[in-house]
Amino acid sequence: MKLFRFDRLAWIFMRVSGFILIALIFTHLTVNLMQDGGVKAIDFAFVAGKLANPFWQWFDVTLLWLALIHGSNGMRVVVNDYVERTGVRRFLLASLVISTTTLIVLGTLVIFTLDPCPVGSPSDLLPSFCPAG
Amino acid sequence: MSAKTASKPKTVFRGTLYRGHEGMWSWVLHRITGIAIYFFLLVHVLDTATVRLDPELYNAVMASYKTPIMGLGEAALVAAIVFHAFNGLRIILVDMTAWASRHHRALFYGVLALWALVMIAFLPRHLMHVFGG
Ligand code: HEM
Ligand code: HEM
Repeated sequence: MKLFRFDRLAWIFMRVSGFILIALIFTHLTVNLMQDGGVKAIDFAFVAGKLANPFWQWFDVTLLWLALIHGSNGMRVVVNDYVERTGVRRFLLASLVISTTTLIVLGTLVIFTLDPCPVGSPSDLLPSFCPAG
Repeated sequence: MSAKTASKPKTVFRGTLYRGHEGMWSWVLHRITGIAIYFFLLVHVLDTATVRLDPELYNAVMASYKTPIMGLGEAALVAAIVFHAFNGLRIILVDMTAWASRHHRALFYGVLALWALVMIAFLPRHLMHVFGG
């Protein structure tokens, strides 16, 4: 048996990532839905305040990468199970690769380049630590 | 499902351990919830990306998550995630330990019980946020 066949690595990855995702997603949902005000408390100031903290930056990046790779690899299995026609299957699998890569790059950039105090924005929309003005 | 696809280890388990009613249901539910969460995540990374563009835009986008109908959608999403997480943990255990694979059916009822507990803890507070003023 080849130890590092792609399918075997994918199978192991699904289990390891799933295990870590439980902690990440339960924390994400608790912080974002169970805080005072729940969903209604989510706005720019809330997110900018969180992402000004390196802990939440690395937390979100890990969540982003693991959830997208786990989810798209799961979708790969689903597509392989149901789509018989080679052309359609190739198209769907290629779409998965492209959308996953795009979203991982986009999400990572958002997390690490967000300016919590953009100049010219009304200060009542910004986190409280932004200089007034 | 066609025979030519998917990873070998899983095919083996499907044919043996996952047979029977609970096995089939847990498998179908696991697949449906996984797909649903995946499509949510695609949209979710895009809506979060607007935070990088403009505070007012992000707040406007988030306002659409605060309506009663979306509030119910969020409850359904959490229900799906919590099931997928606990059932995923069950799958991992059943694959890894002989004890769990002997008791996989009882473990499935354990998953449902844990799921119900978490939802009972989650729903009142979430629905209060969504519907209470
Ligand atoms: C909360 C933690 C999670 C755990 C413990 C978990 C666990 C698992 C496990 C063990 C599998 C089976 C893999 C296999 O049979 O080889 C799986 C499949 C899958 N997961 Fe997750 N997962 C989690 C989160 C997610 C998330 C966030 C998504 C979506 C973005 C997702 C989407 C999927 C999909 C689409 C499949 C394939 C379903 C199938 O083949 O029937 N999962 N998950
Ligand atoms: C209704 C439930 C949810 C709400 C209200 C919510 C809210 C948010 C908010 C406010 C952010 C901004 C950054 C932060 O707070 O850390 C965010 C980011 C994020 N969320 Fe969620 N979330 C929900 C469910 C989920 C689920 C189920 C997943 C995983 C499958 C997820 C994955 C992510 C990821 C990966 C990011 C980072 C996006 C980026 O890179 O730009 N979220 N979410």
